[in-house]
Amino acid sequence: MSTPRTLFDKIWDEHVVARLGDGVDLLHVDRHMVFELTGAIGYRDLAAKARRPRNPELVFATVDHVVSTDIGDRETATSAEGRRMLGLLRDGLARRPPRAFFDLGDSRQGIVHVVAPEQGIALPGLTLLAGDSHTCTVGGLGALAWGIGSSEVEHVLTTQTIRQKRPKRLRVIVDGRLAPGVHAKDIVLALIARIGAAGGTGHAVEFAGPAIGTLDIEARLTLCNMAIEFGSRIGQVAPDDATYQYLAGRPFAPKDEMWERALRHWKTLPSDPGAVFDREVALDASRLSPQVSWGTSPEQSMPVGGLVPDPNVMPDAAKREAAIASLRYMGLVPGEPIAGTPIDVAFIGSCTNARLSDLDAAAAVVAGRKVAPGVRALVVPGSGLVAAAAEAKGLDRVFRDAGFEWRAPGCSMCVAANGDVVAPGQRAVSTSNRNFEGRQGPGARTHLASPATAAASAIAGVLADPRRRGA
Amino acid sequence: MEPLRRHDGIAVPLRRANVDTDAIAPMRFLVSPDRQGLGRALFANWRAEDPDFPLNRARWAGASVLVAGANFGCGSSREMAVWALAEAGFRVIIAPSFGEIFAINCFKNGLLAIALPEAAVEALQDALEKGAGQSRMSVDLEANLLVGPDGASYGFVVDPARRAALLEGLDEIGLTLKREADIAAFQAADRLRRPWVYETG
Repeated sequence: MSTPRTLFDKIWDEHVVARLGDGVDLLHVDRHMVFELTGAIGYRDLAAKARRPRNPELVFATVDHVVSTDIGDRETATSAEGRRMLGLLRDGLARRPPRAFFDLGDSRQGIVHVVAPEQGIALPGLTLLAGDSHTCTVGGLGALAWGIGSSEVEHVLTTQTIRQKRPKRLRVIVDGRLAPGVHAKDIVLALIARIGAAGGTGHAVEFAGPAIGTLDIEARLTLCNMAIEFGSRIGQVAPDDATYQYLAGRPFAPKDEMWERALRHWKTLPSDPGAVFDREVALDASRLSPQVSWGTSPEQSMPVGGLVPDPNVMPDAAKREAAIASLRYMGLVPGEPIAGTPIDVAFIGSCTNARLSDLDAAAAVVAGRKVAPGVRALVVPGSGLVAAAAEAKGLDRVFRDAGFEWRAPGCSMCVAANGDVVAPGQRAVSTSNRNFEGRQGPGARTHLASPATAAASAIAGVLADPRRRGA
Repeated sequence: MEPLRRHDGIAVPLRRANVDTDAIAPMRFLVSPDRQGLGRALFANWRAEDPDFPLNRARWAGASVLVAGANFGCGSSREMAVWALAEAGFRVIIAPSFGEIFAINCFKNGLLAIALPEAAVEALQDALEKGAGQSRMSVDLEANLLVGPDGASYGFVVDPARRAALLEGLDEIGLTLKREADIAAFQAADRLRRPWVYETG
């Protein structure tokens, strides 16, 4: 009998090209996702050094960060600097065409971490890298995926490998079952509040336990998306029948006999009984309520039914000082209920929560109601295909009738790189992943929440519990 | 990459935990393919809002060592945060812990990220804030030793592979390219083992 191994270790071991010493492995990269914000610089720098992408057939490209989300002529609506980035990316891709490029005008264009699962580019057991920290998202399919900087993008393009030291393993066991109105986003916000924004640093995390098994694939993607928000570059859920059903028939997933071979392999990947994790954390999903962030780090999150925390009672000095600074920035008063805080903007989108099930959850709350006066509410679908599927179900009408803007796919207001920004001092409820100071625009105040909570807040005009249908 | 063996320079304290790369390099400066000119992005929001922000203070002008709080550089993988620090003259970042992608990006650009225990970082910050104009520090990567502004010295440990890369100024892509035979052999064997990886859709 061989030693029991984790999902993470099985995939890692299978990708070792060479051991480089000092604990560093040279790993093969099965999929490299490229997009304009880091890809433009990557391809230009590569050309400047007279180097070429080694395996363009393993590269997939899209555009998402800087592109306009206006419905209509998106090229023209994109900023001049953004168009320069698009131009450099297109030049680079034209020199060595990737396996596929989902450019503006392609119905498959969208946020890189929405496109990769949707197209079957991300698969269980694959290593998948991209120059974006939320690449951990696709670990929800059982891939080994993480975000890298520009230097590593260049390394991957040139060599189809990466030099990497094996992290430790953390297992987050989620027991119980989510109550109605509580979603994957709430699990991960509650987890980060508990273990901190650096609680997983140095670890690859596997989410396991009964509650995870009941989550659909899109919810698992949401969960893994935010691994980086507690410091883990890698988040994973072991593949299971739900994973295989999700992937079957996707454009770049294996077909026919190849599918059967892949499936046999994928079924060997889940962590063996008795596999050892360096750390374990347990959470009970059935005790969770909808969460909302109150500060400027994702770890500053709380139940939407709770009171704004009082820094004076925080035992840890650093946390206390951070809380004071955060509350000042956020304009919140300790001891007040956070529900009822007036909002200016409601943003439903991002690689965390812009898939069809997210729009479904939001639309269920919105249907037949109106966005509160003075609130700007927008839905930015994660991809052209998400938008089309939502439109086929009439969700766009539900949102538009309520007073939401229905926009074209991209990262939009999550990263505020394309002109979709929250104005200084304005307060947004956002289904994105980061409530950092200035993240959604200089001086913008962000409250992270699930699509259901964001939708309920848009209707109420204040931060609101989606389980309470207000008058 | 420019090697880094020893560094001597002015150090500036930044007492704040969870400083993210959005704060280090705000997005509005990054929608551009240019690598140059990012120095003006460095902590741009905090520099604009707060005249007492440490990087605005004359006593720490020209700093090349940053003594920061825990989980420094968390969040976005944007390497522009490191390019901004580098362009502004920083070579060494000391903190209790780092965002991992940021720490990797530092080493790829010849910046030394040193993790020290929280108490040691606070002692350095105290010395920088209280010291009568004493703000020079020296860092010796060959000896794994740094000396604070008050003369107190601290040993540190840097991942051996990163340390070697910094000391030698290694070009990692160049080194990996020398492994081409290994990469080709891996792919040839892997194609038989996992053909679906290579023959997509």
